[in-house]
Amino acid sequence: MTYVKALRCRECGREYPQGPTHVCEFCFGPLEVAYDYQAIQRDISREAIAAGPGSIWRYQALLPVQRASQADLGAGWTPLIKANNLARALGLRELYLKNDCVNPTYSFKDRVVAVATAKALEFGFDTLACASTGNLAAAVSAQAAKAGLRAYVFIPADLEQGKIVGAAVYGATLVSVQGNYDQANRLASEVADRYGWAFVNINLRPYYAEGSKTLAFEVAEQLGWRVPDHVVVPIASGSLFTKIWKGWNELAEVGLLDGQRPRMTGAQAAGCSPVAAAFATGSWDIRPVKPWSIAKSLAIGNPADGHYALKVARESGGYIEMVQEQEIAQGVALLARTEGLFAETAAGVTVAALQQLATRGKIGCDEVTVAYITGNGLKTQEAIAEALAPALVVSPTLTSFEQALARQIPPSDRSREAGAKTHTRRESFQK
Amino acid sequence: MSSIVRIPTPLRKLTSGAREISVNSETVGACIAQLEARFPGLGERLCDERGELRRFINVYVNGEDVRFLAGLATPLCPGDEVYIVPAMAGG
Ligand SMILES: [Zn+2]
Repeated sequence: MTYVKALRCRECGREYPQGPTHVCEFCFGPLEVAYDYQAIQRDISREAIAAGPGSIWRYQALLPVQRASQADLGAGWTPLIKANNLARALGLRELYLKNDCVNPTYSFKDRVVAVATAKALEFGFDTLACASTGNLAAAVSAQAAKAGLRAYVFIPADLEQGKIVGAAVYGATLVSVQGNYDQANRLASEVADRYGWAFVNINLRPYYAEGSKTLAFEVAEQLGWRVPDHVVVPIASGSLFTKIWKGWNELAEVGLLDGQRPRMTGAQAAGCSPVAAAFATGSWDIRPVKPWSIAKSLAIGNPADGHYALKVARESGGYIEMVQEQEIAQGVALLARTEGLFAETAAGVTVAALQQLATRGKIGCDEVTVAYITGNGLKTQEAIAEALAPALVVSPTLTSFEQALARQIPPSDRSREAGAKTHTRRESFQK
Repeated sequence: MSSIVRIPTPLRKLTSGAREISVNSETVGACIAQLEARFPGLGERLCDERGELRRFINVYVNGEDVRFLAGLATPLCPGDEVYIVPAMAGG
């Protein structure tokens, strides 16, 4: 059974029966799933959750579908890593990383698509579709393959090679749109209006977005049913950020937590920072931008949930940080070199934002902080490849190796070899 | 020759199901006023009390968001295509 009462408009509160629909007919506000929390509270417990599957479905009571579909890929229940090395580098005491790089298609999007697919099958659709900056494309394609659905994914033409291959391999029809993500998404919206397809981020959006709440649920459970003091989340459309917030609130609502909430901080890059810009000026209006960021998975110039993201940051005492483009590759490298975790450019933005927060005293050094690492680094190699050319190029002889080594490190520094090497590598990112 | 306005599903109840409406208007704002005159109630779905486009409404002229053009004052030429699109989640 599910505990869903209805779809409810976030703006005017009008209710609608469950269906493949996402917009309030009256005010065009987004529809959100409304639950019977009293009934959930009666039936849910920490013990029952602990006995559940090692996937997002351990929290089924708080999701809008009855159960995982037969074709579920097993997204979720990813590691929460205590990041002591990165914490030390940033001057923080207790830092954790939620590593969503290890999902079935290597990003957090597997969570939302698992919910959307189960719902699409329930509604009887035969075609799954989306507009995507890359990660969603892979998640939809893979899930459609497993479920035996046709798939169409609309992507901006300039996407990273890893993301194009990572979606095409599953057999989906890729629609490469000559334009940016916002244009691809607008086209997808028109297509959704004409064809009877399940667009996960359009007509299935209310259900799809609920999947992101599991990133709050898991962190709370993994911390021993505790809420962190501060969380840092990358922002594209703002949906992930606002749904993580909804997650903490629901855990309190159904009695699994005592009602504490973390400070919620969002991270954007200079090349696409409409939400950070509004936050900085104290405005409630998001002015859309034309993105040029190398963090393409965050390059949404017209963020649908930007307004709500501002609300969450302000209400929770957090921030929306903007980091410089050249800090993104540095962030990716810092994460890899301190924690052995190679994540995509969105994580570079997140780590750079963490660093900025720590430097500016916006994170207290005693705050228990969680940063969400949402996608795998192998997807966006272009963004950092240039700065990572091999340090030594040699012929296959010991003499050649030693000559190259001598050129790289002055003799007086040889004893400090390892440290010097790290130092040199890091400097190559300061360009 | 007139401009074409594409009507999204949630608004078609007000246009008796019509997907496309021809208008003769010189600006986006005048176009919305003309739609309101022909289909009473449509205007308030698109604009708030101050006459501004609602937060969740995106209006495009030939594929470009009017917020990158001149907003409601964006001029329309014969043959232009106007799209009305509700905001969408990202991916
Ligand atoms: Zn409404």
